[in-house]
Amino acid sequence: MGRTLAEKVWDEHVVRSAAGEPDLLYIDLHLIHEVTSPQAFDGLRLAGRPVRRPDLTLATEDHNVPTVDWDKPIADPVSRTQVETLRKNAAEFGVRLHPLGDVEQGIVHVVGPQLGLTQPGMTIVCGDSHTSTHGAFGAIAFGIGTSEVEHVLATQTLPQARPKTMAVTVNGSLPDGVTAKDLVLTLIAHTGTGGGQGYVVEYRGQAIEELSMEGRMTVCNMSIEWGAKAGMIAPDQTTFDYIEGRPEAPKGADWDAAIAHWKTLVTDADAVFDKEVVLDASTMTPFVTWGTNPGQGVPLGATVPGPDDFEDATDKIATEKALEYMGLEAGTPMRDIEVDTVFVGSCTNGRIEDLRLAAEVIKGHKVAGGTRLLVVPGSVRVRLQAEDEGLDLVFKEAGAEWRGAGCSMCLGMNPDQLTPGERSASTSNRNFEGRQGKGGRTHLVSVPVAAATAVRGRLSSPADLPAVTGSTSEGN
Amino acid sequence: MDAFTTHTGVGVPLRRSNVDTDQIIPAVYLKRVTRTGFEDGLFAAWRNDPTFVLNRSEYAAGSVLVAGPDFGTGSSREHAVWALQNYGFKVVISPRFADIFRGNAGKAGLLAAQVDDKVVQRLWEHLESNPGATVSVDLEAKTVQAGDIQDSFDIDDYTRWRLLEGLDDIGITLGHDADIAAYEAERPAFKPVTA
Ligand code: SF4
Repeated sequence: MGRTLAEKVWDEHVVRSAAGEPDLLYIDLHLIHEVTSPQAFDGLRLAGRPVRRPDLTLATEDHNVPTVDWDKPIADPVSRTQVETLRKNAAEFGVRLHPLGDVEQGIVHVVGPQLGLTQPGMTIVCGDSHTSTHGAFGAIAFGIGTSEVEHVLATQTLPQARPKTMAVTVNGSLPDGVTAKDLVLTLIAHTGTGGGQGYVVEYRGQAIEELSMEGRMTVCNMSIEWGAKAGMIAPDQTTFDYIEGRPEAPKGADWDAAIAHWKTLVTDADAVFDKEVVLDASTMTPFVTWGTNPGQGVPLGATVPGPDDFEDATDKIATEKALEYMGLEAGTPMRDIEVDTVFVGSCTNGRIEDLRLAAEVIKGHKVAGGTRLLVVPGSVRVRLQAEDEGLDLVFKEAGAEWRGAGCSMCLGMNPDQLTPGERSASTSNRNFEGRQGKGGRTHLVSVPVAAATAVRGRLSSPADLPAVTGSTSEGN
Repeated sequence: MDAFTTHTGVGVPLRRSNVDTDQIIPAVYLKRVTRTGFEDGLFAAWRNDPTFVLNRSEYAAGSVLVAGPDFGTGSSREHAVWALQNYGFKVVISPRFADIFRGNAGKAGLLAAQVDDKVVQRLWEHLESNPGATVSVDLEAKTVQAGDIQDSFDIDDYTRWRLLEGLDDIGITLGHDADIAAYEAERPAFKPVTA
């Protein structure tokens, strides 16, 4: 019987397997950031263990760094200690670090692909659940906890039970103006937040093949939001073109050997998945969340649902609680919801393509009075490239704040936070209670919806915007 | 890590599903570089509510948390497990755990016991009508007991064995050093390095 993509990559990394034990899996790349690593390095120090493969390890600062005044010392002393601890640990254990101020600094899941370190057929881990992003290249990539970070540092391996496999096939093409973000939000609303539990998911089908690498990363990024262990997409020409020429991409004979191998990384025709889900992209529309988990979403053209729309008693209670927290009433059209803050950024939608899309929509418009728009590039490279292309000017002319690289308002940890009761439209991945700051209310949206929302001050799509003379923005 | 065989302690009924790690411990509490002291952030937002279950004196000494399905979804922060442990929890019972949370719990020595949905419902009723009642968990026998409720729970055999023996994962793996070295010798040259 044939094997799935996930099974092929898994099999290539088994160091040891024994009955009744999890497989011991070799890890090709270990990414590190300041929040989930201090206790792991401490553990090594206590046990007198070195980092086994510093040459397969890369650290960056992202969660806890400010996106303004990044050339000054971090103001919050506790945050500063955490960042300084990473610097100390990286120096002591010989790990390459891209600190604040470095041109390669940024969100760990933007930095890996951008350097060309993320490649097909690899195993990649990081103490961060959105490590699933790297699966867009046909890698097995998943988030781990701090004890596991220590385990990988010490041994470059992880004991892992073999996961089940699932295929999500998305047939047809996405309509104009509907993005990878809408696709994945639709999927999560369809499966629920626990639907992927225990599975490595392979996204496939025409709509997936037609996505850019950025779009594929957006889809794989949010695999964790429906519980999947990892998400993957088979590498193809789009993948190879993205990697070729990047700083850490294979060169010369290595490139040829790599390509030859990468082309074998597809699911065999006779392989069997443990589960299959099929969706039709052609019926998808801009999709937004109304509640406090990423599965609580509806099309932008719909209304806020109420407890009566659900059969299950747990769903009814969850809906009631979510509406109360979000300050929403059932039956309100989503387009009538006013927002205070719009956040464009994060490892879901903070790459150059996302910023181009946002600029295209916002060009010639102004951010609505009473609304603020924060545009935060995923990495310093993304920021520099955007500035090269003049995107920063488009944002500034519209009245947006143009920031430095980092996780920023994706999570309420650094200074960029919502205040209690403040409502945001956010291109990030989590709308949990308090995620963007205590009491903050989050609507997850795509980049075009975020940009249009900033202009109108309420949830909107680019189609809702008045035409701008000389502008080419369009959407639906 | 200490070996875990049985535990009996005050059961805390948490009538919530989808308790994500941002609820268990919000990000602002994650800045410490130690492994202790995270109890102050545990369920921080909910603890502002005087009626929240942990704010009721009968449950304050709780060590067995009984929660709804999809417990521990969201971020990979192991701080969620530490916060529960720092507070005094030894066991979390739920019909379904998020994968990363379950993995983290196993490594850190917090027992994540998966039971049938109906068992959680019965435990909730029992613990609410008898505030301060205890729940007993036997890892050897994989059973949970409270009042006249007696049922089994699920946990994978490997994690169970490690918890029962109190074994350190890294030590076990380092015992297979020869296998790792042999694997490394065969890795393709085109794989990237960071140094
Ligand atoms: S951008 Fe958000 S989701 Fe991504 S790594 Fe940072 S905090 Fe996590």
